[in-house]
Amino acid sequence: MSLGVSLLLVEGLTKSYGGIHAVRNVSFMLQAGEILALIGPNGAGKSTCFDMLNGQNVPDSGRITVMGQETTGRKPREVWRLGVGRTFQITATYPTMTVRENIQVALVSHHRRLFDFWSPMIGIERGEADRLLDLVGMAGYAERPCGELAYGDLKRLELAIALANQPKLLLMDEPTAGMAPRERVELMRLTAKIAREQSIGVLFTEHDMDVVFEHADRILVLNRGSLIAQGSPAEVRANREVQAIYLGEGLLYDARHREGASA
Amino acid sequence: MAFYFVQFLTGLASAASLFLVASGLSIIFGVTRIVNFAHGAFYMLGAYVAFSLTERLSGPLGFWGGIVVAALAVAVIGVLVEIVLLRRIYHAPELFQLLGTFGLTLMVEDLVVLIWGPDDLVGRRAPGFKGAVDFFGQNIPSYDLFLIAMGPIVLGVLWLLFQRTRWGILVRAATQDRDMVAALGVNQKWLFTSVFAVGVFLAALGGALQIPRDAVHHAMDLRIIVEVFVVVVIGGLGSILGAFVAAVLVSELNAFGILIFPTISLILVFLVMAVVLVVRPWGLFGRKEAPARRTPGLTVIPWRPLSSVERLASLVALAFAAMLPFIAGNYALTVGAEIAIFVIFAASLHFLMAVGGLASFGHAAYFGLGAYGVAFLAKLAGLPMIACLLLGPLLGAAGAAVFGAFAVQLSGVYFAMLTLAFAQIVWSIAFQWVAVTGGDNGILGLWPEKWAASPSHFYWLALGVSAVVVSVLRLVTFSPFGYALRGMRDSPLRSESIGINGKRIQWTAFIIAGTTAGIGGALFAYLKGSVFPDNMGISLSVDALVMVLLGGVETVPGAIFGAIVYKALNIWLVSQTDWSKLVLGIFIVLIVVVFPKGIVGVVESVMHRRRAVAPKAAALAAKMEGAQ
Repeated sequence: MSLGVSLLLVEGLTKSYGGIHAVRNVSFMLQAGEILALIGPNGAGKSTCFDMLNGQNVPDSGRITVMGQETTGRKPREVWRLGVGRTFQITATYPTMTVRENIQVALVSHHRRLFDFWSPMIGIERGEADRLLDLVGMAGYAERPCGELAYGDLKRLELAIALANQPKLLLMDEPTAGMAPRERVELMRLTAKIAREQSIGVLFTEHDMDVVFEHADRILVLNRGSLIAQGSPAEVRANREVQAIYLGEGLLYDARHREGASA
Repeated sequence: MAFYFVQFLTGLASAASLFLVASGLSIIFGVTRIVNFAHGAFYMLGAYVAFSLTERLSGPLGFWGGIVVAALAVAVIGVLVEIVLLRRIYHAPELFQLLGTFGLTLMVEDLVVLIWGPDDLVGRRAPGFKGAVDFFGQNIPSYDLFLIAMGPIVLGVLWLLFQRTRWGILVRAATQDRDMVAALGVNQKWLFTSVFAVGVFLAALGGALQIPRDAVHHAMDLRIIVEVFVVVVIGGLGSILGAFVAAVLVSELNAFGILIFPTISLILVFLVMAVVLVVRPWGLFGRKEAPARRTPGLTVIPWRPLSSVERLASLVALAFAAMLPFIAGNYALTVGAEIAIFVIFAASLHFLMAVGGLASFGHAAYFGLGAYGVAFLAKLAGLPMIACLLLGPLLGAAGAAVFGAFAVQLSGVYFAMLTLAFAQIVWSIAFQWVAVTGGDNGILGLWPEKWAASPSHFYWLALGVSAVVVSVLRLVTFSPFGYALRGMRDSPLRSESIGINGKRIQWTAFIIAGTTAGIGGALFAYLKGSVFPDNMGISLSVDALVMVLLGGVETVPGAIFGAIVYKALNIWLVSQTDWSKLVLGIFIVLIVVVFPKGIVGVVESVMHRRRAVAPKAAALAAKMEGAQ
């Protein structure tokens, strides 16, 4: 399916904080239209990894290439200009603006009209903003103040904002964190649908395994900063090491049983 | 060589008081997250109380006892202030805390004059330290040597206090994580109160120890607070060691700056501060602060452009205002022109502060620069009035471009302190560089040309310019640029992640605000016929802040109403009472505590509540009240 250049190429990504290796020599790639999940227990280095990919954090070594362009150490806004959308684990939106205005700002930035001092914002990119809202099922919310939205709606709004620059790649850090179970499933189905339709590559981190196994084409498993497994959901599910991490290695359990048996 | 060494020692001696005050400010900030503007006032109170006590008590014990008792007494006042005022505003946005404590400063300034009179008071020499030590033919006052020793001693005592006592451990813990300390069952209220008492004690001790060196006067609070802000910006807010190092650095720069640039010695401090900010934005020993609480954000009513009815109403109001010359006399027209000018000034600050979320505490600098720009062009270049009015504000724009470039690197309280320090530097250049600016005597004889000379013509000119400026700023507020600026206020993280170069947006806004303030200043120069350093003074900066706050910091037209009401009240008040600072101080504290939404904010939320459907409105109102 690849046409030579992969959407996202990560080679030997490493970052340590004062002797602790948060991320160790992580390499992977992502193709257009592919949905890739990055999972791992708390403290595995998922967020550090993510922050480096979108430019919020600078790796100690390694290379990140987005659509053939190296982005290692570039600022988030420069990475975004290459066509990378992102959503946050804890939503970041503009609470004092309406839902539509939130998207309009992203659209205005995409069309490089930020230094337009005179045109009234009210008419700019209004149609496109409404189309995006419709896409995420929020058409009726356009005039609502963003500050009074429920959390699940904010997450959907973030998705719409992330789609404003017609991204080729979406980076979603725990897209369903803090949502009710039913909302989670709906949001990820929506994301997956949009991604497949527009052939957007998606990289997401997630704790909810139902969400991960339903949508991911491939899964990367991080533990203590290192990539310990990657492959299709079935492969990852069968991986002994992954099972050990998520279910425990059973050492204590076994030991107690053995003790119990000998006693 | 001996001369330079003595100069160095003089610098070290000045550093002692500066360190005491700055460390107090840092400790209080570390725990309560309040930048206590009133710290200079406590310093001044310490000096005054110590003066009275040491005059009455005799002997060495009387003197040294008097100093310590004075500091303790002021600390008790500090405790009362903390319990009565600060406890009400711990959760308010930073801007309100800064303004509330500034209101306190104003009150203290007048109270001090009320109690001790307006004259400088010269205190007793310290018993045992009356002489001077001879050093290769240069005299060093022995009291200076005592002060030089005091600095490190206090640093050591504070270190022991914070490392070795249970209280110190709690304070350090609270500095790192207040919520965790509360969760562990520590009574936050009394921890905050005790920390505030210690901080105020240090400030008052710093003031009390100054009396054998300097005269006590009622303007020493602002002088020290500006220096202290510079010290904590350089040293890093919250770090005591940083306060010490920076106090020594700043004092030495002052001591030697006098030798290098005798007329504008503060330039050196400014240059060092600029370099530190570029290299380490959070000071030499400071840590990066968590994102500041949003200055606005009490409500969630989104801004919207004027409806056609509202637009019509504004035009009608403007037409009425333009009719004033037909019914009012010359005095009223002069007042009217002044109010129109202050509408421009307040609107320019509002753009930066309400739209951009950047509360400048030194906005008068650009107002004053505009005024001086006009004065230079008219007096030195002899340009006609129109040219002066058009070009004069460019000096404000230039100042805003230079200072803004540094200021927007910071946010929250650091931004406020830095803009204040910049304004004070501009003020002291105007004050000290007599050859160019005329110093305290100002530049006189700037009268408008014939076409604008009559009060009615000048009023129309001011009103017209004011209407244009306000309309333009409003247009920009609702343009893509205005939204990008507001976006940086609401969520820098989101802005960065949708490709917005926030610092560039904020810098541009700073220049826009500086230029429009300069336009106000240019008109003001012609209104008064003269320019003085006070046209860029702190009190003018604070006037602008109060106008915006009174009108409503979360509203678009707030600045206009705030400026009109405040300026009219102010002019009336000054004619009615000699204690205008006291009244103004009380007024500011009241706004901060009971009326934080301002006039327009209250009107808008009432209207919004009526307009919205009943159940939703009720939920929203509950939310807003909760937020307050």
